[in-house]
Amino acid sequence: MSRASARWALGFAVLAAAPLLPLGGAREYLWHVIIQIFLWSFIGNAWSLMGRFGLVSLGHGAFLGVGAYATVLLWNFFGITPWLGAAVAILLTVGLALVVAYPCSRFQVVGHYFALVTLAVSEVVRLLIVAERDWTGGSLGVSLRTAGTASGLVTLQFADKRVFYYIAMAAWIFGLWVWARVDRSMARSAMEAIGEDETAAASVGIHVTRFKMGITALSAGLTALGGVLLAQYLAYANPDTLSGIAVSLRIVFAVVLGGMYSLLGPSVGTALTIALGEYLRIYFGIRLIGIAETIYGLTLILFIIFLPAGIWGSLAEAWRRPTAPVRTAPG
Amino acid sequence: MIAPIFLLEAVVNGVLLGGVLALLALGLNLIFGVIDIVWVAYVDLVALCMYAVYFLVTLYHWPVWLAGLGAVGVGVVLGLLVHLLIISPILTSPPINQFLATGGLLFFIQSFATLLWSTDHRSVRVTLPTLEVAGIFISFARLIAFVLSILAMIALYLFLTRTYTGTAIRAVSQDREAIALMGARPRRLYLVTSAVGGAMAGIAGALFSIQYAVHPYFGNAFGPLTFMICVLGGLGNMVGAFFAAFIIAQVISVGGVLVSTEMGYVIAFVIFIVLMFVRPGGIFARRA
Repeated sequence: MSRASARWALGFAVLAAAPLLPLGGAREYLWHVIIQIFLWSFIGNAWSLMGRFGLVSLGHGAFLGVGAYATVLLWNFFGITPWLGAAVAILLTVGLALVVAYPCSRFQVVGHYFALVTLAVSEVVRLLIVAERDWTGGSLGVSLRTAGTASGLVTLQFADKRVFYYIAMAAWIFGLWVWARVDRSMARSAMEAIGEDETAAASVGIHVTRFKMGITALSAGLTALGGVLLAQYLAYANPDTLSGIAVSLRIVFAVVLGGMYSLLGPSVGTALTIALGEYLRIYFGIRLIGIAETIYGLTLILFIIFLPAGIWGSLAEAWRRPTAPVRTAPG
Repeated sequence: MIAPIFLLEAVVNGVLLGGVLALLALGLNLIFGVIDIVWVAYVDLVALCMYAVYFLVTLYHWPVWLAGLGAVGVGVVLGLLVHLLIISPILTSPPINQFLATGGLLFFIQSFATLLWSTDHRSVRVTLPTLEVAGIFISFARLIAFVLSILAMIALYLFLTRTYTGTAIRAVSQDREAIALMGARPRRLYLVTSAVGGAMAGIAGALFSIQYAVHPYFGNAFGPLTFMICVLGGLGNMVGAFFAAFIIAQVISVGGVLVSTEMGYVIAFVIFIVLMFVRPGGIFARRA
């Protein structure tokens, strides 16, 4: 085993052993925070699959929302197992993503315009969830119907948080693996060429639309899976926490904060934003409502001004600077 | 079936809404055209100006019109601050970072407003009559807002076309390299543009505050809509944004009466998405 893979194995082993540690009364809460970090990192990772190639999507809120609501509603109304529900949710989301991304690619809607079109998509999904309040519960959200005694692998509902800890961790590792696969593939070179100059890429024989569709489908599908897992874990879905602009922006923030050009960047960014949010929330409690978010917003502005390559990205660069040239974001 | 009179009322309300939306879109579009950065938090600046009106009226007992002028001053200051503190350090950053920095400002303004003033809905409570014309009810406040926003837009038009600074600003939006060669200073023009954009936010805030109650998340109601209008009209294209505002306002107003409020917005967003495919440069762009 090489040194690098030994380090990875050690890291995963520590994370896998964490729930077995005697942590006292706060353990349920700690697991909860770590599960959130795993799941949102997984989603951030999925976003960065597109973001790193200049496809800045603000539509991932829509993908999360479709994923979560499809599974929850199928279970609530028809009793369909979330396994099947997840498959349906992923298919629906990939379909939605392709319906939007295909014309975007054909008509060269890129840059600002791509961001704004996808932003409109996430608003459409949020508003539709609110408008169809008869079965989605509208702005109040919808609770997952409890499986009662049928809790378990079939219904994907578990009384013990630790089960979800391992599920979320597995999802996170899967996300990293996909990211690394893409990073080492031909698609990466093709997508980077497209991100820099679409016309030039097309002129050397790169099938622009096919590659864009592929990466979009992958990113959207993974995001939908993230939505399914979030809804199953929280047993609740809400249009404002799972779709719309605010959610899309939060995903993007976390990823950019960590650095979207490195494997662990999105995870580091997500872990930091969630940890910061939780810390501020506990520290201030119900005094000074709003201060946690205020500090959060301020931190984001400062980081983007002073550390544009992201925290992990900057660290990773500094680490290997003596040997490799600095990689900067395509302007 | 909906009676024709309600439809007509919706159309009239759509026109009135269109005026104020156009004002918002023009302010944002001016900044985008010149500085090439989308101020994601633009409508949140408007909300801050609405708070300014509210506090000037309730705490300091200014008359509403004077408080409105005060809000314009606040808007100018906010515009300058945003430019100096946030925009100028990231002028050359990748677009996504610029987008996120002003997006961070959005989170900051919304939560800071919650912190300072809680989530209460605050309204200056101006009691204005409702006009009845041929069976249609028109809110007088909306009519005033419409007329004043049209006047503000005419003033902006005259500023951009009849003054030296205005001409220079239009020149920057056409070619930012060439303008520096012509001896104008782009950085100074950016400041002027931000101040003018801020003033437009102040005017919009003053006009909104006689129609709506302000709360920290007020910007979310109009923010996405304002982007859509700017993009539909063509980013940086002032005339396009003006007409796009009226189109979108009609869709929302009439759609809201025919189906439901949310569906009015959904239809407007879907039309936006489809139009983006058909005419990526905005509905009024000449095809390259």
